[in-house]
Amino acid sequence: MAGLKYIKSHEWARIDGGVATMGISDYAQGQLGDVVYVELPPIGKKVEAGGQVAVVESVKAASEVYAPIAGEVIEVNAKLADDPALINRAATGDGWFLKLKLANPGDGSALMDEAAYAKFIEGQK
Amino acid sequence: MADSAPPSAPLLRTPLHAWHAAHGAKLVGFAGYEMPVHYSDGIIAEHKHARSQAVLFDVSHMGQVSLWGDEAVRALERLVPADLLELPPWAMRYTQFTNEGGGIIDDLMVTNGVGRLMLVVNASRKPDDLAHLDARLGHAVDIALLKGRALIALQGPQAAGVLARHAPRAARLSFMTAVPTRIGRVDVVISRSGYTGEDGFEISMPSEAAEEIWRRLAAEPEVKPAGLGARDSLRLEAGLCLYGHDIDEAVSPVEAGLAWSIGRRRRREAGFVGDARILAELRGTPARRRVGILPEGKAPAREGTEIQDEAGVPVGTVTSGGFSPSLGVPIAMGHVEVRTADIGTPVRLIVRGEPRLARIAQLPFVPHRYHKA
Repeated sequence: MAGLKYIKSHEWARIDGGVATMGISDYAQGQLGDVVYVELPPIGKKVEAGGQVAVVESVKAASEVYAPIAGEVIEVNAKLADDPALINRAATGDGWFLKLKLANPGDGSALMDEAAYAKFIEGQK
Repeated sequence: MADSAPPSAPLLRTPLHAWHAAHGAKLVGFAGYEMPVHYSDGIIAEHKHARSQAVLFDVSHMGQVSLWGDEAVRALERLVPADLLELPPWAMRYTQFTNEGGGIIDDLMVTNGVGRLMLVVNASRKPDDLAHLDARLGHAVDIALLKGRALIALQGPQAAGVLARHAPRAARLSFMTAVPTRIGRVDVVISRSGYTGEDGFEISMPSEAAEEIWRRLAAEPEVKPAGLGARDSLRLEAGLCLYGHDIDEAVSPVEAGLAWSIGRRRRREAGFVGDARILAELRGTPARRRVGILPEGKAPAREGTEIQDEAGVPVGTVTSGGFSPSLGVPIAMGHVEVRTADIGTPVRLIVRGEPRLARIAQLPFVPHRYHKA
Protein backbone atom coordinates (compact mmCIF):
# COMPACT_ATOMS: atom_id res chain seq x y z
CA MET A 1 0.00 0.00 0.00
CA ALA A 2 1.40 3.38 -0.97
CA GLY A 3 2.13 6.00 1.63
CA LEU A 4 3.04 3.65 4.47
CA LYS A 5 6.24 4.12 6.42
CA TYR A 6 7.90 1.33 8.40
CA ILE A 7 10.38 0.74 11.22
CA LYS A 8 12.66 -2.25 11.72
CA SER A 9 10.50 -3.71 14.49
CA HIS A 10 7.78 -4.20 11.83
CA GLU A 11 5.30 -1.44 12.67
CA TRP A 12 3.86 0.86 10.01
CA ALA A 13 2.55 4.42 10.13
CA ARG A 14 0.49 6.47 7.71
CA ILE A 15 1.01 10.17 8.38
CA ASP A 16 -1.72 12.60 7.43
CA GLY A 17 -2.04 16.17 8.67
CA GLY A 18 -0.12 15.80 11.92
CA VAL A 19 -1.74 12.45 12.80
CA ALA A 20 -0.15 9.02 12.31
CA THR A 21 -2.30 5.91 12.03
CA MET A 22 -0.23 2.86 12.98
CA GLY A 23 -0.28 -0.90 13.09
CA ILE A 24 1.94 -3.94 12.47
CA SER A 25 3.10 -5.00 9.01
CA ASP A 26 1.64 -7.79 6.94
CA TYR A 27 4.98 -9.60 7.32
CA ALA A 28 4.68 -9.26 11.11
CA GLN A 29 1.15 -10.68 11.25
CA GLY A 30 2.32 -13.61 9.12
CA GLN A 31 5.16 -14.26 11.54
CA LEU A 32 2.83 -14.06 14.55
CA GLY A 33 0.08 -16.27 13.20
CA ASP A 34 -3.47 -16.10 14.54
CA VAL A 35 -3.88 -12.99 16.68
CA VAL A 36 -6.17 -13.60 19.68
CA TYR A 37 -5.78 -10.46 21.80
CA VAL A 38 -4.58 -6.89 21.52
CA GLU A 39 -3.88 -4.61 24.46
CA LEU A 40 -4.26 -0.98 23.42
CA PRO A 41 -3.14 2.07 25.42
CA PRO A 42 -5.44 4.60 27.08
CA ILE A 43 -6.35 7.72 25.10
CA GLY A 44 -3.94 10.50 26.05
CA LYS A 45 -0.91 8.24 26.58
CA LYS A 46 2.25 9.86 25.28
CA VAL A 47 4.95 7.74 23.65
CA GLU A 48 8.42 8.30 22.29
CA ALA A 49 9.49 6.98 18.91
CA GLY A 50 10.38 3.33 19.48
CA GLY A 51 8.55 3.25 22.81
CA GLN A 52 6.16 0.41 23.64
CA VAL A 53 2.59 1.42 22.86
CA ALA A 54 0.59 -1.84 22.64
CA VAL A 55 0.80 -5.62 23.02
CA VAL A 56 -0.34 -8.15 20.42
CA GLU A 57 -0.89 -11.77 21.40
CA SER A 58 -1.02 -14.76 19.08
CA VAL A 59 -2.02 -18.25 20.14
CA LYS A 60 1.62 -18.89 20.99
CA ALA A 61 3.05 -15.70 22.47
CA ALA A 62 2.74 -12.04 23.46
CA SER A 63 4.73 -9.41 21.52
CA GLU A 64 5.32 -5.76 22.28
CA VAL A 65 4.33 -3.20 19.67
CA TYR A 66 6.40 -0.02 19.35
CA ALA A 67 5.45 3.47 18.17
CA PRO A 68 7.13 4.36 14.86
CA ILE A 69 6.97 8.03 15.78
CA ALA A 70 6.57 10.13 18.93
CA GLY A 71 3.07 11.33 19.79
CA GLU A 72 -0.05 11.18 21.92
CA VAL A 73 -2.67 8.46 21.51
CA ILE A 74 -5.90 10.09 20.31
CA GLU A 75 -7.85 7.07 19.09
CA VAL A 76 -7.65 3.26 19.26
CA ASN A 77 -9.27 0.74 16.92
CA ALA A 78 -12.28 -0.46 18.93
CA LYS A 79 -12.99 -3.25 16.44
CA LEU A 80 -9.88 -5.15 17.56
CA ALA A 81 -11.43 -5.98 20.94
CA ASP A 82 -14.04 -8.28 19.40
CA ASP A 83 -12.17 -9.21 16.25
CA PRO A 84 -8.40 -9.25 16.82
CA ALA A 85 -8.04 -11.48 13.72
CA LEU A 86 -8.65 -8.29 11.69
CA ILE A 87 -4.91 -7.86 12.08
CA ASN A 88 -4.32 -11.12 10.22
CA ARG A 89 -6.85 -10.30 7.51
CA ALA A 90 -5.92 -6.64 6.96
CA ALA A 91 -2.76 -5.69 8.85
CA THR A 92 -2.22 -2.41 7.01
CA GLY A 93 -5.93 -1.59 6.58
CA ASP A 94 -8.85 -2.33 8.95
CA GLY A 95 -6.40 -3.96 11.35
CA TRP A 96 -4.83 -0.65 12.36
CA PHE A 97 -4.02 -0.29 16.07
CA LEU A 98 -4.24 3.38 16.97
CA LYS A 99 -3.77 7.00 15.97
CA LEU A 100 -1.04 9.26 17.32
CA LYS A 101 -1.11 13.05 17.28
CA LEU A 102 2.49 13.77 16.32
CA ALA A 103 4.64 15.40 18.96
CA ASN A 104 6.69 17.01 16.21
CA PRO A 105 4.79 17.47 12.95
CA GLY A 106 7.35 16.80 10.26
CA ASP A 107 8.71 13.70 12.01
CA GLY A 108 8.69 10.54 9.98
CA SER A 109 11.06 11.38 7.19
CA ALA A 110 13.60 8.93 8.65
CA LEU A 111 11.20 5.97 8.41
CA MET A 112 11.53 3.33 5.71
CA ASP A 113 9.24 3.55 2.72
CA GLU A 114 7.56 0.46 1.27
CA ALA A 115 10.48 -0.45 -0.99
CA ALA A 116 13.10 -0.02 1.73
CA TYR A 117 11.05 -2.13 4.15
CA ALA A 118 10.55 -4.87 1.55
CA LYS A 119 14.33 -4.97 1.10
CA PHE A 120 14.81 -5.02 4.88
CA ILE A 121 12.56 -8.03 5.46
CA GLU A 122 14.11 -9.83 2.50
CA GLY A 123 17.39 -9.53 4.38
CA GLN A 124 15.79 -11.03 7.50
CA LYS A 125 14.66 -14.26 5.82
CA MET B 1 7.70 -6.09 17.61
CA ALA B 2 10.57 -8.01 19.10
CA ASP B 3 12.25 -10.60 16.88
CA SER B 4 12.82 -14.11 18.15
CA ALA B 5 16.38 -15.18 18.88
CA PRO B 6 18.24 -17.15 16.21
CA PRO B 7 18.92 -20.82 16.93
CA SER B 8 22.32 -21.50 18.50
CA ALA B 9 23.10 -24.91 16.96
CA PRO B 10 22.28 -26.54 13.61
CA LEU B 11 18.84 -28.07 13.82
CA LEU B 12 18.10 -31.76 13.21
CA ARG B 13 15.48 -32.77 10.68
CA THR B 14 12.89 -35.53 10.77
CA PRO B 15 12.33 -37.82 7.75
CA LEU B 16 9.28 -35.66 6.91
CA HIS B 17 11.13 -32.33 6.82
CA ALA B 18 11.08 -32.07 3.03
CA TRP B 19 7.35 -32.73 2.95
CA HIS B 20 6.70 -30.03 5.55
CA ALA B 21 8.85 -27.49 3.71
CA ALA B 22 7.04 -28.22 0.43
CA HIS B 23 3.59 -27.89 2.00
CA GLY B 24 3.61 -24.44 3.52
CA ALA B 25 4.94 -25.26 6.98
CA LYS B 26 6.36 -22.47 9.09
CA LEU B 27 9.39 -24.21 10.56
CA VAL B 28 10.87 -23.35 13.95
CA GLY B 29 13.49 -24.80 16.23
CA PHE B 30 12.06 -27.07 18.91
CA ALA B 31 14.11 -29.37 21.17
CA GLY B 32 16.96 -29.29 18.67
CA TYR B 33 14.79 -30.13 15.66
CA GLU B 34 13.43 -27.94 12.88
CA MET B 35 9.71 -28.63 13.18
CA PRO B 36 6.45 -27.26 11.71
CA VAL B 37 4.72 -24.89 14.12
CA HIS B 38 1.83 -24.56 11.69
CA TYR B 39 0.99 -24.86 8.00
CA SER B 40 -0.76 -22.26 5.83
CA ASP B 41 -4.16 -22.58 7.56
CA GLY B 42 -2.72 -21.48 10.90
CA ILE B 43 -2.90 -22.83 14.44
CA ILE B 44 -6.56 -22.09 15.14
CA ALA B 45 -7.82 -23.79 11.95
CA GLU B 46 -5.58 -26.80 12.55
CA HIS B 47 -6.71 -27.01 16.16
CA LYS B 48 -10.40 -26.93 15.20
CA HIS B 49 -9.81 -29.53 12.51
CA ALA B 50 -8.35 -31.87 15.14
CA ARG B 51 -11.48 -31.42 17.26
CA SER B 52 -13.90 -31.87 14.33
CA GLN B 53 -12.17 -34.23 11.88
CA ALA B 54 -8.57 -35.50 11.93
CA VAL B 55 -5.03 -34.12 11.78
CA LEU B 56 -1.57 -35.57 11.27
CA PHE B 57 1.36 -34.55 13.44
CA ASP B 58 4.98 -35.41 12.74
CA VAL B 59 6.32 -36.31 16.18
CA SER B 60 9.43 -38.08 14.93
CA HIS B 61 11.55 -35.82 17.12
CA MET B 62 10.36 -37.77 20.15
CA GLY B 63 12.61 -40.51 21.47
CA GLN B 64 11.66 -44.12 20.79
CA VAL B 65 13.56 -46.37 23.15
CA SER B 66 13.60 -50.16 23.38
CA LEU B 67 14.42 -52.13 26.55
CA TRP B 68 14.84 -55.87 26.58
CA GLY B 69 16.30 -58.67 28.68
CA ASP B 70 14.78 -61.03 31.26
CA GLU B 71 14.66 -58.41 33.97
CA ALA B 72 13.57 -55.46 31.84
CA VAL B 73 10.13 -55.00 33.40
CA ARG B 74 11.31 -55.29 37.00
CA ALA B 75 14.28 -53.07 36.23
CA LEU B 76 12.20 -50.31 34.68
CA GLU B 77 9.84 -50.42 37.64
CA ARG B 78 12.70 -49.16 39.79
CA LEU B 79 12.67 -45.91 37.80
CA VAL B 80 8.94 -45.24 37.48
CA PRO B 81 5.92 -45.38 39.83
CA ALA B 82 3.63 -47.22 37.38
CA ASP B 83 2.69 -50.86 37.76
CA LEU B 84 4.34 -52.51 34.78
CA LEU B 85 4.33 -56.16 35.99
CA GLU B 86 0.61 -56.39 35.38
CA LEU B 87 0.78 -54.63 32.01
CA PRO B 88 -0.85 -57.06 29.50
CA PRO B 89 0.81 -57.73 26.15
CA TRP B 90 0.48 -54.69 23.87
CA ALA B 91 -1.02 -52.51 26.59
CA MET B 92 0.58 -49.16 27.39
CA ARG B 93 0.92 -46.93 30.41
CA TYR B 94 1.67 -43.27 30.95
CA THR B 95 4.32 -42.78 33.64
CA GLN B 96 7.30 -40.68 34.76
CA PHE B 97 11.00 -41.18 35.34
CA THR B 98 11.41 -39.83 38.88
CA ASN B 99 14.54 -38.54 40.59
CA GLU B 100 15.77 -39.11 44.15
CA GLY B 101 13.96 -36.00 45.30
CA GLY B 102 10.66 -37.23 43.90
CA GLY B 103 10.72 -34.77 40.97
CA ILE B 104 10.18 -35.74 37.36
CA ILE B 105 13.10 -36.37 34.98
CA ASP B 106 10.67 -36.96 32.10
CA ASP B 107 7.19 -38.26 31.39
CA LEU B 108 6.78 -41.12 28.99
CA MET B 109 4.66 -43.87 27.48
CA VAL B 110 5.61 -47.52 28.08
CA THR B 111 4.20 -50.31 25.91
CA ASN B 112 4.54 -54.02 26.64
CA GLY B 113 5.89 -55.03 23.23
CA VAL B 114 6.13 -58.73 24.20
CA GLY B 115 9.81 -59.52 24.60
CA ARG B 116 10.69 -55.86 24.86
CA LEU B 117 9.41 -52.66 26.39
CA MET B 118 8.81 -49.78 24.00
CA LEU B 119 9.21 -46.30 25.44
CA VAL B 120 8.34 -42.93 23.92
CA VAL B 121 10.10 -40.02 25.66
CA ASN B 122 10.25 -36.27 25.10
CA ALA B 123 12.64 -34.99 22.44
CA SER B 124 14.17 -32.43 24.79
CA ARG B 125 14.89 -35.10 27.40
CA LYS B 126 16.43 -37.84 25.27
CA PRO B 127 20.03 -37.31 26.48
CA ASP B 128 19.00 -37.12 30.15
CA ASP B 129 16.71 -40.13 29.86
CA LEU B 130 19.32 -42.26 28.14
CA ALA B 131 21.98 -41.30 30.68
CA HIS B 132 19.57 -42.14 33.50
CA LEU B 133 18.63 -45.51 31.98
CA ASP B 134 22.27 -46.42 31.30
CA ALA B 135 23.44 -45.43 34.76
CA ARG B 136 20.65 -47.20 36.62
CA LEU B 137 19.83 -50.19 34.42
CA GLY B 138 22.69 -50.54 31.97
CA HIS B 139 24.19 -53.49 33.87
CA ALA B 140 20.95 -55.50 33.78
CA VAL B 141 19.03 -54.54 30.67
CA ASP B 142 19.71 -53.87 26.98
CA ILE B 143 18.78 -50.31 26.04
CA ALA B 144 18.57 -48.84 22.54
CA LEU B 145 17.49 -45.46 21.25
CA LEU B 146 15.81 -46.28 17.94
CA LYS B 147 17.30 -43.62 15.71
CA GLY B 148 15.97 -45.12 12.51
CA ARG B 149 12.29 -44.75 13.33
CA ALA B 150 9.73 -42.06 12.68
CA LEU B 151 6.53 -41.37 14.65
CA ILE B 152 3.30 -39.92 13.27
CA ALA B 153 0.20 -39.04 15.30
CA LEU B 154 -3.24 -39.20 13.67
CA GLN B 155 -5.68 -37.43 15.99
CA GLY B 156 -9.34 -36.50 15.92
CA PRO B 157 -12.85 -37.95 15.89
CA GLN B 158 -12.41 -39.16 12.28
CA ALA B 159 -9.01 -40.76 12.96
CA ALA B 160 -10.39 -44.30 13.41
CA GLY B 161 -12.44 -44.08 10.22
CA VAL B 162 -9.40 -42.94 8.30
CA LEU B 163 -7.09 -45.57 9.77
CA ALA B 164 -9.61 -48.36 9.09
CA ARG B 165 -8.86 -47.89 5.37
CA HIS B 166 -5.14 -48.51 5.90
CA ALA B 167 -4.71 -50.62 9.04
CA PRO B 168 -8.06 -52.21 9.97
CA ARG B 169 -6.68 -54.11 12.96
CA ALA B 170 -5.37 -50.92 14.49
CA ALA B 171 -8.69 -49.14 14.03
CA ARG B 172 -10.26 -51.70 16.39
CA LEU B 173 -7.81 -51.07 19.26
CA SER B 174 -9.07 -49.61 22.51
CA PHE B 175 -7.43 -46.61 24.21
CA MET B 176 -3.90 -47.25 25.51
CA THR B 177 -3.30 -50.48 23.62
CA ALA B 178 -1.10 -51.14 20.61
CA VAL B 179 -0.63 -53.64 17.81
CA PRO B 180 2.16 -54.56 15.41
CA THR B 181 0.62 -54.44 11.95
CA ARG B 182 1.23 -53.18 8.42
CA ILE B 183 0.33 -50.18 6.35
CA GLY B 184 0.79 -51.24 2.75
CA ARG B 185 3.99 -53.28 2.86
CA VAL B 186 5.50 -51.48 5.79
CA ASP B 187 5.71 -53.04 9.26
CA VAL B 188 4.46 -50.51 11.79
CA VAL B 189 3.44 -50.43 15.44
CA ILE B 190 0.24 -48.50 16.05
CA SER B 191 -1.11 -47.47 19.44
CA ARG B 192 -4.43 -45.85 20.26
CA SER B 193 -3.08 -42.88 22.15
CA GLY B 194 -2.16 -39.24 21.73
CA TYR B 195 -1.69 -35.82 23.25
CA THR B 196 -4.82 -33.95 22.19
CA GLY B 197 -7.66 -35.34 24.33
CA GLU B 198 -9.23 -36.72 21.15
CA ASP B 199 -9.45 -40.28 19.95
CA GLY B 200 -6.39 -41.04 17.87
CA PHE B 201 -3.35 -43.11 17.08
CA GLU B 202 0.42 -42.95 17.08
CA ILE B 203 2.18 -44.86 14.32
CA SER B 204 5.83 -45.92 14.66
CA MET B 205 7.59 -46.91 11.44
CA PRO B 206 11.02 -47.10 9.82
CA SER B 207 12.20 -43.63 8.82
CA GLU B 208 12.49 -44.56 5.15
CA ALA B 209 8.77 -45.37 5.02
CA ALA B 210 7.59 -42.26 6.86
CA GLU B 211 6.89 -40.08 3.85
CA GLU B 212 4.97 -42.81 2.01
CA ILE B 213 2.73 -43.44 5.03
CA TRP B 214 2.32 -39.73 5.75
CA ARG B 215 1.28 -39.11 2.13
CA ARG B 216 -1.29 -41.93 2.25
CA LEU B 217 -2.91 -40.55 5.38
CA ALA B 218 -2.64 -36.89 4.35
CA ALA B 219 -4.45 -37.74 1.09
CA GLU B 220 -7.58 -38.80 2.99
CA PRO B 221 -10.32 -36.17 2.68
CA GLU B 222 -10.82 -35.78 6.45
CA VAL B 223 -7.13 -35.24 7.19
CA LYS B 224 -5.03 -32.09 7.35
CA PRO B 225 -1.48 -31.70 8.64
CA ALA B 226 -1.06 -29.81 11.92
CA GLY B 227 2.00 -28.36 13.61
CA LEU B 228 3.36 -28.07 17.11
CA GLY B 229 1.32 -24.91 17.74
CA ALA B 230 -1.97 -26.78 17.54
CA ARG B 231 -0.45 -29.73 19.39
CA ASP B 232 0.29 -27.36 22.29
CA SER B 233 -3.13 -25.66 22.33
CA LEU B 234 -4.88 -29.05 22.07
CA ARG B 235 -2.94 -30.56 24.98
CA LEU B 236 -3.53 -27.46 27.10
CA GLU B 237 -7.31 -27.68 26.53
CA ALA B 238 -7.02 -31.39 27.41
CA GLY B 239 -5.20 -30.51 30.66
CA LEU B 240 -2.11 -32.55 29.73
CA CYS B 241 1.34 -31.69 31.08
CA LEU B 242 4.18 -30.37 28.95
CA TYR B 243 7.63 -31.33 30.25
CA GLY B 244 9.79 -28.36 31.22
CA HIS B 245 6.70 -26.24 31.84
CA ASP B 246 4.03 -28.00 33.94
CA ILE B 247 6.42 -30.66 35.21
CA ASP B 248 10.15 -30.68 35.83
CA GLU B 249 12.85 -32.04 38.13
CA ALA B 250 11.38 -30.20 41.13
CA VAL B 251 7.70 -31.11 40.64
CA SER B 252 6.46 -34.45 41.93
CA PRO B 253 3.84 -36.57 40.17
CA VAL B 254 1.48 -35.94 43.09
CA GLU B 255 1.84 -32.16 42.86
CA ALA B 256 1.34 -32.42 39.11
CA GLY B 257 -2.00 -34.22 39.56
CA LEU B 258 -0.59 -37.43 38.11
CA ALA B 259 -1.23 -39.66 41.13
CA TRP B 260 -3.72 -41.62 38.99
CA SER B 261 -0.71 -42.99 37.10
CA ILE B 262 0.91 -44.44 40.26
CA GLY B 263 0.10 -48.14 40.57
CA ARG B 264 -1.71 -49.45 43.65
CA ARG B 265 0.90 -52.16 44.22
CA ARG B 266 3.67 -49.58 43.85
CA ARG B 267 2.09 -47.46 46.60
CA ARG B 268 2.11 -50.48 48.88
CA GLU B 269 5.53 -51.86 48.01
CA ALA B 270 7.42 -48.66 47.08
CA GLY B 271 10.79 -49.48 45.51
CA PHE B 272 11.11 -46.72 42.92
CA VAL B 273 13.41 -43.73 42.76
CA GLY B 274 11.98 -40.85 44.80
CA ASP B 275 9.40 -43.05 46.51
CA ALA B 276 9.88 -41.44 49.96
CA ARG B 277 8.57 -38.01 48.95
CA ILE B 278 5.98 -39.30 46.51
CA LEU B 279 4.41 -41.79 48.93
CA ALA B 280 4.45 -39.21 51.73
CA GLU B 281 2.60 -36.75 49.50
CA LEU B 282 0.06 -39.46 48.63
CA ARG B 283 -0.57 -40.12 52.34
CA GLY B 284 -0.75 -36.44 53.22
CA THR B 285 -0.96 -33.34 51.08
CA PRO B 286 1.65 -31.85 48.76
CA ALA B 287 2.60 -28.19 49.27
CA ARG B 288 1.21 -27.16 45.88
CA ARG B 289 -0.91 -28.58 43.11
CA ARG B 290 -1.25 -28.23 39.37
CA VAL B 291 -4.59 -26.60 38.58
CA GLY B 292 -6.56 -25.23 35.66
CA ILE B 293 -7.05 -21.47 35.54
CA LEU B 294 -9.73 -19.52 33.66
CA PRO B 295 -8.85 -15.81 33.35
CA GLU B 296 -11.77 -13.39 33.22
CA GLY B 297 -11.65 -11.17 30.16
CA LYS B 298 -9.66 -11.88 27.06
CA ALA B 299 -6.02 -11.31 27.99
CA PRO B 300 -4.02 -14.56 28.00
CA ALA B 301 -1.79 -15.19 31.02
CA ARG B 302 1.48 -16.69 29.82
CA GLU B 303 3.93 -19.06 31.48
CA GLY B 304 5.67 -17.35 34.38
CA THR B 305 2.72 -15.12 35.31
CA GLU B 306 2.47 -14.68 39.09
CA ILE B 307 -0.70 -15.96 40.74
CA GLN B 308 -1.94 -14.19 43.89
CA ASP B 309 -4.80 -14.87 46.27
CA GLU B 310 -7.57 -12.30 46.68
CA ALA B 311 -5.54 -10.47 49.31
CA GLY B 312 -2.62 -10.05 46.91
CA VAL B 313 -0.37 -12.68 48.50
CA PRO B 314 1.61 -14.72 45.94
CA VAL B 315 0.37 -18.34 45.83
CA GLY B 316 1.89 -19.70 42.64
CA THR B 317 2.86 -19.37 39.00
CA VAL B 318 1.31 -20.04 35.61
CA THR B 319 3.14 -22.97 33.96
CA SER B 320 1.27 -23.04 30.62
CA GLY B 321 -0.93 -20.26 29.37
CA GLY B 322 -2.54 -19.39 26.10
CA PHE B 323 -5.73 -19.22 24.16
CA SER B 324 -8.33 -21.95 23.73
CA PRO B 325 -9.49 -22.09 20.09
CA SER B 326 -12.36 -24.40 21.10
CA LEU B 327 -13.70 -22.13 23.84
CA GLY B 328 -12.62 -18.80 22.36
CA VAL B 329 -11.16 -17.61 25.68
CA PRO B 330 -7.77 -17.66 27.38
CA ILE B 331 -6.93 -20.73 29.48
CA ALA B 332 -3.97 -21.64 31.64
CA MET B 333 -2.51 -24.17 34.02
CA GLY B 334 -0.31 -23.40 36.97
CA HIS B 335 1.01 -24.52 40.33
CA VAL B 336 -0.66 -23.00 43.39
CA GLU B 337 -0.55 -23.55 47.13
CA VAL B 338 -3.09 -26.14 48.20
CA ARG B 339 -5.17 -23.53 50.08
CA THR B 340 -6.07 -21.87 46.76
CA ALA B 341 -6.31 -25.05 44.67
CA ASP B 342 -10.04 -25.76 45.00
CA ILE B 343 -12.12 -25.37 41.86
CA GLY B 344 -13.83 -21.99 41.76
CA THR B 345 -11.31 -20.24 44.03
CA PRO B 346 -10.87 -16.63 42.86
CA VAL B 347 -7.27 -15.63 42.20
CA ARG B 348 -5.42 -12.73 40.59
CA LEU B 349 -3.00 -13.02 37.70
CA ILE B 350 -0.35 -10.33 37.40
CA VAL B 351 -0.20 -9.66 33.65
CA ARG B 352 2.21 -6.87 32.67
CA GLY B 353 2.07 -5.53 36.19
CA GLU B 354 -1.73 -5.37 36.36
CA PRO B 355 -3.77 -7.76 38.53
CA ARG B 356 -6.48 -9.54 36.53
CA LEU B 357 -9.23 -11.71 37.94
CA ALA B 358 -9.31 -15.45 37.31
CA ARG B 359 -10.71 -18.62 38.85
CA ILE B 360 -9.29 -22.05 39.52
CA ALA B 361 -10.98 -24.30 36.97
CA GLN B 362 -11.68 -27.99 36.40
CA LEU B 363 -9.27 -29.83 34.12
CA PRO B 364 -9.59 -30.72 31.32
CA PHE B 365 -11.05 -27.56 29.78
CA VAL B 366 -12.40 -29.66 26.89
CA PRO B 367 -13.63 -33.17 27.76
CA HIS B 368 -11.48 -36.12 26.65
CA ARG B 369 -13.01 -38.29 23.96
CA TYR B 370 -10.82 -41.38 24.17
CA HIS B 371 -12.03 -44.66 22.71
CA LYS B 372 -12.38 -46.90 25.75
CA ALA B 373 -13.70 -50.37 24.98
